[in-house]
Amino acid sequence: MPNHKITEILDRLSSNLTVKYALYTTAVIIFFALILLPPILGIVIKWDTIQEVFNQPELMARALGAIENSFVIALIVSALDIITGVPMAWLITRGKSKWLSVLDTLSDIPFIVPTAVLGYSLLLFWKEPSGVSSLFGKSLISPGWLLVMLLHFAFSYPVVVRVIVGALLDYKMEYEQASRTLGAPPLTASRTVTFPILRPSLIAAFILAFSRSISETGATIMVAGVFENGPIFIQNMKDLLPTDQISQITYEGSVVFASFVLIAVSCLIFLVIRFLGMRFKLPIRKVWPTVERELSYSKASFSRNGVTLLIFFIIVFVPSLFVALPAFEAVFAGTFPKALSGIGIWGGYWQSLIISYILGAVVTVLNVVIGLPMAIIIARRKFGHLPSATLDVLTNIPLIVPSIALGVSLQFFWVKTFAFIPELLLLIFAHLAITYPYFVRSMSAAVERISVDLEEASRTLGAKPLGVFRTIILPLTKYSILSGAIMVFTRSISETGATLAVLPSSSALRTAPVVLVDWVPRLGKQKVPATPLEIGLGCGFLILFSFIILLVLRVIVRGKGRY
Amino acid sequence: MPDVRIANVTKRFGKIVAVDNISLHVHDKEYFSLLGPSGCGKTTLLRLIAGLIQPDEGEIYIGDKLVNDVPPEDRDIGFVFQTFALFPHMNAWNNVTYGPRVKGFDMKKAETIGHEVLEMVKLHERFDAFPSELSGGMMQRVAVARALAAGAKLLLLDEPLGQLDAKVRNELRYEIRRMVRDLSLTAIHVTHDQSEAMVISDRIAVMKKGKVLQVGTPNELYMNPKSIFVAHFIGESNFFEGYVSRVSSKEVVIELRGGIKVQAAKNDVKSGERVVLAIRPETFFVERGIKKDKNSVLGMIEKVTFEGTNVRYEVRLENQDLVLIVKPSLTEEWFNMGEKVTVSFPPEKAHVFAYPKVGLKEETSVE
Repeated sequence: MPNHKITEILDRLSSNLTVKYALYTTAVIIFFALILLPPILGIVIKWDTIQEVFNQPELMARALGAIENSFVIALIVSALDIITGVPMAWLITRGKSKWLSVLDTLSDIPFIVPTAVLGYSLLLFWKEPSGVSSLFGKSLISPGWLLVMLLHFAFSYPVVVRVIVGALLDYKMEYEQASRTLGAPPLTASRTVTFPILRPSLIAAFILAFSRSISETGATIMVAGVFENGPIFIQNMKDLLPTDQISQITYEGSVVFASFVLIAVSCLIFLVIRFLGMRFKLPIRKVWPTVERELSYSKASFSRNGVTLLIFFIIVFVPSLFVALPAFEAVFAGTFPKALSGIGIWGGYWQSLIISYILGAVVTVLNVVIGLPMAIIIARRKFGHLPSATLDVLTNIPLIVPSIALGVSLQFFWVKTFAFIPELLLLIFAHLAITYPYFVRSMSAAVERISVDLEEASRTLGAKPLGVFRTIILPLTKYSILSGAIMVFTRSISETGATLAVLPSSSALRTAPVVLVDWVPRLGKQKVPATPLEIGLGCGFLILFSFIILLVLRVIVRGKGRY
Repeated sequence: MPDVRIANVTKRFGKIVAVDNISLHVHDKEYFSLLGPSGCGKTTLLRLIAGLIQPDEGEIYIGDKLVNDVPPEDRDIGFVFQTFALFPHMNAWNNVTYGPRVKGFDMKKAETIGHEVLEMVKLHERFDAFPSELSGGMMQRVAVARALAAGAKLLLLDEPLGQLDAKVRNELRYEIRRMVRDLSLTAIHVTHDQSEAMVISDRIAVMKKGKVLQVGTPNELYMNPKSIFVAHFIGESNFFEGYVSRVSSKEVVIELRGGIKVQAAKNDVKSGERVVLAIRPETFFVERGIKKDKNSVLGMIEKVTFEGTNVRYEVRLENQDLVLIVKPSLTEEWFNMGEKVTVSFPPEKAHVFAYPKVGLKEETSVE
């Protein structure tokens, strides 16, 4: 059958209400069945084991301490993210230098560094003799809470900058110009007009940074040392399990307890932020004309930009890419041919790399297929206002669940429900649950930006619903689909915590970050003997290939950018 | 006192020259309009005056002060945006008192001003309404009140009525005019609507492609357009192509298509030159039947449109040129479709222009 015949039939089918709603309903059912409910039910199934934790006050104190650390770090880091990310986003969008587009791209680079690699990179930079410590003659920062904070700052900072840059680009400059013509200096104008209007984006950025910090596991393990936060606590319990120091039920109880508290408190905090955030009044009625005028111009803004750039380069950019140095060194040493030939630990490495990329690709495709209808349901309120708004909130839940907790409870659920579920499928489900919110979030925002008028115009010109999607929505959102896909892909490639959690330690199925975590010495122990050069090179390959794939993706979808 | 002087100002956006070496002087207490088709640079010029963008060349003076390097907040201006730009997170009261507050007036004074300006735009009872709760006309009033509240003597209006319904637009244009006069302000008003510019302005600058073509009172521009574009853009004009056949001390004789010779107002054209004759639709005399007179051409009524105040006729002349004629509907007799008529016009009301190098169509294009 010729191609256009098929489209014609599909177009006609799409105007059939039953078919349309069947499609949307399927998307919702898949969301509940694969993404939202399994992790929650996983905890519910094992709810009884929580008693085990209550019976061991020491264990409970340890768990609560770890969870407290999680929240303290997340709050401090996300606050710092906003304080330092806003000037950066401002500089990128409002500055006049042509170098700013370079800066814009640079600020994305920490995205493509898988978090586990990022952890190792920071460790090298701050602690090892080869890094910044060599300037001081001793280890500047040892693994522990400070390094964890630096790490969380490094990976959440780009997220915050990206969100605020987007918001500032979408922002109607006229509000600020009106404020200026009414006599407000730049600082007053942004404080009383721009940021109050952008408040939802600031809150969104804060929540994203916060949930990333709460849930990150893989990188944190590498830099934590003896320090424990929620996810590390779960991982430590898991590590104790094969050593028979704790029983299966204590392990399960600890996981259920920690996951539950983390999720419950996170939800509570988000509710408070959403509720108070919108009511919290910035002091827009108060103005300090002289002071703010002073702060608005040359000297002050010069030093603000200076500090902003300094923070970005010293705390985010250089530490994130520091791992590339040993990689270069390794290329000229004998490590490189050894790596290419797949001798020793490298055989497993290449295998894991292939698994990682295949997994990333599968998860990305699945996201597009099941996430797009959901994005449209949310953006276009296909099921009415309230249900769509509810779905909107629900799709965010997997964001706040610590990835390791999500992995563990997914395992509880699927293994309990289907005794012999293939590990690969389990892995796909875990990654799908983690990446789904990112995709749906960015897509629904993109669809919402398309005026309904365009769709209606297309309908009045005779297009069937699928035709509207194909000719209007798809071309207008293809960049958002691309950026959503990139987010999903990179997130999947770098995901460590959930992967560690769903797979038993004995599993042969290992993704690249999991392999790298095993290579890196932790608390003086190294699961797999790998030299620093080998670790550097392993990380380097992962960054390089991810970068190439993203570049290719960009080139494929590149249009003329006229709209 | 704020007069505005613009001296050789140029502004480029990449390769596009939005404002091309413009010089203008807007007098104190004058209501001045920048009129032109979209993309002519009028809004860019206004934003340059406001300091929202900086000129590439030239100088801008407000009062006696060179303001090129003065940020917008220190230019002491009021700016009304086309989209109003009312702060969506503040109610009408906080919007209008914003200026006095950020300028550091004391609270008492800011409040007094707030009451005054809201009273002036008759929106006092809606002081606590948010912009999203106001109609277009009300938002516009709040925007004007806000711009006036900080006490600026120079009011800049960027298509302030563009987003409103025709009726509201007509009411508000007079209201703004009255306020500007009552408060002794200088106003610079950007619009693409020539009828709006005509009724509110003391003087108008007609702009095209980044240049000012002519500055004058509405009357001057209408009666004595200095270019084909102004004749076309202000009001309506009939254009006839022809050649100068004779130049005398009082008038010129133009030979139109089909060898018809007519007399027109004196202009510095040479004998034999290709020209365009511009005549307003309401300057024609129309008589029934065939009359051989000076400056008269035979024709036939091809179309009659009743417009209320006026009747519009399209008359096909004997040389096949089509001419538009407008006559008052109540005080003059009507003609019917198909009637043979004689059309004539006073020579001094026919303006002669050299034929434009780019062609007549391109010259009168408002694209």
